[in-house]
Amino acid sequence: MVGLVVISHSRTLAAGVAELARVMGVGEAVVEPAGGDADGGLGTSIDLVERAVAAADRGDGVLLLTDIGSSVLTAKTYLEDAAGAAVRLADAPLVEGAVAAASMAATGAGLDDVLAAAESARDHRKT
Amino acid sequence: MNAAGAARWIRHTAHLVSADAERLTRLDAAIGDGDHGLNLDRGFTAAVAAVDALPGDTTPAKVLIAAGRAIVSKTGGASGPLYGTALRRAGKALAETGGDELDAAALGAALTAALEGVQELGQAAEGDKTMVDALVPAVTAYEAALAGGADIAACARAAADGAAQGAESTVPLQARKGRASYLGPRSAGHLDPGAASTALILRALADVTMEGGGDAWSGSS
Repeated sequence: MVGLVVISHSRTLAAGVAELARVMGVGEAVVEPAGGDADGGLGTSIDLVERAVAAADRGDGVLLLTDIGSSVLTAKTYLEDAAGAAVRLADAPLVEGAVAAASMAATGAGLDDVLAAAESARDHRKT
Repeated sequence: MNAAGAARWIRHTAHLVSADAERLTRLDAAIGDGDHGLNLDRGFTAAVAAVDALPGDTTPAKVLIAAGRAIVSKTGGASGPLYGTALRRAGKALAETGGDELDAAALGAALTAALEGVQELGQAAEGDKTMVDALVPAVTAYEAALAGGADIAACARAAADGAAQGAESTVPLQARKGRASYLGPRSAGHLDPGAASTALILRALADVTMEGGGDAWSGSS
């Protein structure tokens, strides 16, 4: 199963999105939070991302979902270091993307399909 | 440029950032999230520790890569991945072009690689009111000085002047990246904190290459 990593500036926001995504992934999706800086404050940490990816990796690839600013840059920097690994970054809003990705991942779909599901969340208009 | 020179650059940058941390944070509080000085101080402090932990027979490339890695890991804000990538790309460029001693051309190639890394990661163009607005004129001025036959100290001084002018040029700009971009026209009238810190980093390079009339860059202390 494709694993998901939720990267946010806030530890509680990452944990909350991961909680929601796991439920929407019918309790089967693997979703790991990487929120806050290394000391638990607001920020992002490449070390936490690295640990979350290792925890989410079930051998079928890992999809990263990010909130804003430095979480995107931290994810991209991680990807540069992890070149060649089956890890991708979703160009998607965090909550909607995580829910969509978890729903698709829970079906056993591959990384390309999970990424596409996450990015399709951008088109779900609210008004 | 040898490993000791590169290490002095990192140490001197840490010193300048620490001395100016309050101003950087104040600039960031005006249009960003108000943590730039604090973040960068923490990042460069970690970079100095990482450089100090390297074995004695290290190279300039390894110094910059170790500093960059520490900055990515410890800085926290967007400047961490950006400056960390800049230093790591510079280090990788040095690893390809030179060994223990690097000349003005090799350092210029490293600065160009740093700029490319920042632009690739941050996707910012000139005029977006980011560190790119200081880094581009710095690299341009460095290359122009190099083409005119300047030594490493004169090239670095030209780069520092270019970065300082580039940073000042961000004041009237409207931000198109980061939190400041949400403010629209209200982001104008403020110096970009990332451009300001880039100017400090280039000033540190100019200072350490100039110590002892330009020779100290390859000195052993």
